[in-house]
Amino acid sequence: MRSVIKAVLAALLLLATQVLALAVTDDRGVTVTLAQPPQRIVTLMPALAEMVCELGACDRLVGVDDFASWPEAVRRLPHVGGLEDARIETIVALRPDVVVLPTSSRALDRLEALGLKVVALEPKTMADVQRVLLQLGEMLGLSRAETDAAWQRIDRGVDAAARGLPPALRGTRVYFEVDSTPYAASESSFIGALLARIGAANVVPGALGPFPKLNPEFVVRADPQVIMMSDRTAQPLRDRPGWGRISAVRSQRICLFTPEQGDVLVRPGPRMVQAAQLMVQCLQGRLPGRAR
Amino acid sequence: MNAAPLRRPAALALVLLALTAGLCLIGLAVGSAGWEPLRSGAGEAAAAILWEIRLPRTLGAWFAGALLGLAGAVAQGLFRNPLADPYLLGSATGAAFGVAALLVVLGASPAAASGWGARLGMTGAAFAGAVLAVLLTLGLARGVQQTLRLLLAGVVVGMVFGAFAALLMFWAPEIMRTMQAFLLGTTGFLGWPGVGVLAAVFGATLAVALACSRALDGLVLGEATAASLGVALGPVRLLLVGVMALATGGAVAQVGLIAFIGLVAPHLVRAAVRPTHGWLLPLSALAGGVLLLAADVLARFLLAPRELPVGVLTAVLGGGYLLWLMHRRPL
Repeated sequence: MRSVIKAVLAALLLLATQVLALAVTDDRGVTVTLAQPPQRIVTLMPALAEMVCELGACDRLVGVDDFASWPEAVRRLPHVGGLEDARIETIVALRPDVVVLPTSSRALDRLEALGLKVVALEPKTMADVQRVLLQLGEMLGLSRAETDAAWQRIDRGVDAAARGLPPALRGTRVYFEVDSTPYAASESSFIGALLARIGAANVVPGALGPFPKLNPEFVVRADPQVIMMSDRTAQPLRDRPGWGRISAVRSQRICLFTPEQGDVLVRPGPRMVQAAQLMVQCLQGRLPGRAR
Repeated sequence: MNAAPLRRPAALALVLLALTAGLCLIGLAVGSAGWEPLRSGAGEAAAAILWEIRLPRTLGAWFAGALLGLAGAVAQGLFRNPLADPYLLGSATGAAFGVAALLVVLGASPAAASGWGARLGMTGAAFAGAVLAVLLTLGLARGVQQTLRLLLAGVVVGMVFGAFAALLMFWAPEIMRTMQAFLLGTTGFLGWPGVGVLAAVFGATLAVALACSRALDGLVLGEATAASLGVALGPVRLLLVGVMALATGGAVAQVGLIAFIGLVAPHLVRAAVRPTHGWLLPLSALAGGVLLLAADVLARFLLAPRELPVGVLTAVLGGGYLLWLMHRRPL
């Protein structure tokens, strides 16, 4: 009788480990099986590290890419290179259970060939953030409720930030400059989606692609009321031909983001909340702008 | 197409001038919404856009192209090499390095961005880089006495500065987008001050180049023959290298590295007429101006309100036309 119980228990245990084995389908459509939730994780994209931490698994990260800077804990981790120049040897030496990287990473095939488990996830839009959180949650062995709660925190945070914008400022015409060439963030970019969510009107339509290189004349004509750009732009806006006429330049409603703030704005992840808050502060004129 | 009048340089000059005038008018009518015919009663804003943006941009593109065409003709005459182009003395990659260095410094400190960085600007950095590279080339070649040595030194300096610029881009990938725009050339932000500088440089360099045109004609026959014809090789070389460096540096500083115009403009002229340098130099300048202006108008027009990199279009336009000419009859 005892042996029968033992056998049943053993069978149950076996079944349990079978259940514990995780299968995650990544953005390549590849299903990656993991025997158990990974304890040693390397991420190769800042937003992916942020999401892993948001899901409470920051302590399972053993390596991140060169540009990961948030939360504070990831700064102390080994940095293993960027998107184009990931250091394969360093990554392998960290003995990760899984490497989470964007589908565009050049390291992907090499790491897989070396026998590492690779999950490719590419968060680009707000909808992607929710989906990637779910995939990461599955991979980390979290329950659906836990992952959903993390997404709700982000989603409600963005809503709360949007509610902070006074109704009078809704529909403010905004030009978001990614680069002084000039490249702009259009409505169809992640930044554009955030702007739309807080109720600002982007002067660059989404039909032009996410980051179109514009004819500078287009911006003069669209006459934005607020300009958002990096504080590291060499040329003062007033020196650009004709830009002195733009409302935002005349009324000095120009927000200059520091590189740290810039990181927050361009990374689709949990810091969307902060990004939305930054944009609202900018529209309210509460962000420092330099006289340009 | 084998029109007899084109055998005469003056006729070609008239054709190019007519093209310039026509393209200027078209340039005024092409804006961020594509083709926008000139309307007089469209309000103050439209007039300002025309006056402050389109007109300087159109004229500036022409002047920059003209400078490159002139520098190309001078380079091909001076080095007696049909493959010579204005970037031969290393000025292009020198300028690229200057811009990359400025962008890296700006990225590292916001103080620089508001202070001297803003005053120097990309234009200043590009010009400084170009001048530095040319001086280095002259130093390595120990002056301008040996043309071959000058050519080699220019190529080496170009390579090294190019490698440095690439290294900076590798270290600071965030400057990549701006650098790419610079490397492909951009006419988008040409304003009146830029046009003024370009016009002044063009006037000065054209005058000096024309003064040396007889010497360039002599050089066609070889340096020894030129010397025996009474050409003062030393001073002439120095003047011509100065013209090349100044014309190229001025153009590159304002519009970035526009490919191909300097190389192709003299060939386009020579394909139509067989002039002496007295004609070849101004005609190449005219051809370069027409080419860059046409490319600029197309860059604005094709995807409006988006823009194509103007350097890509100059290569396609100039290269395409040259290939067609070569196909029609051997050069």
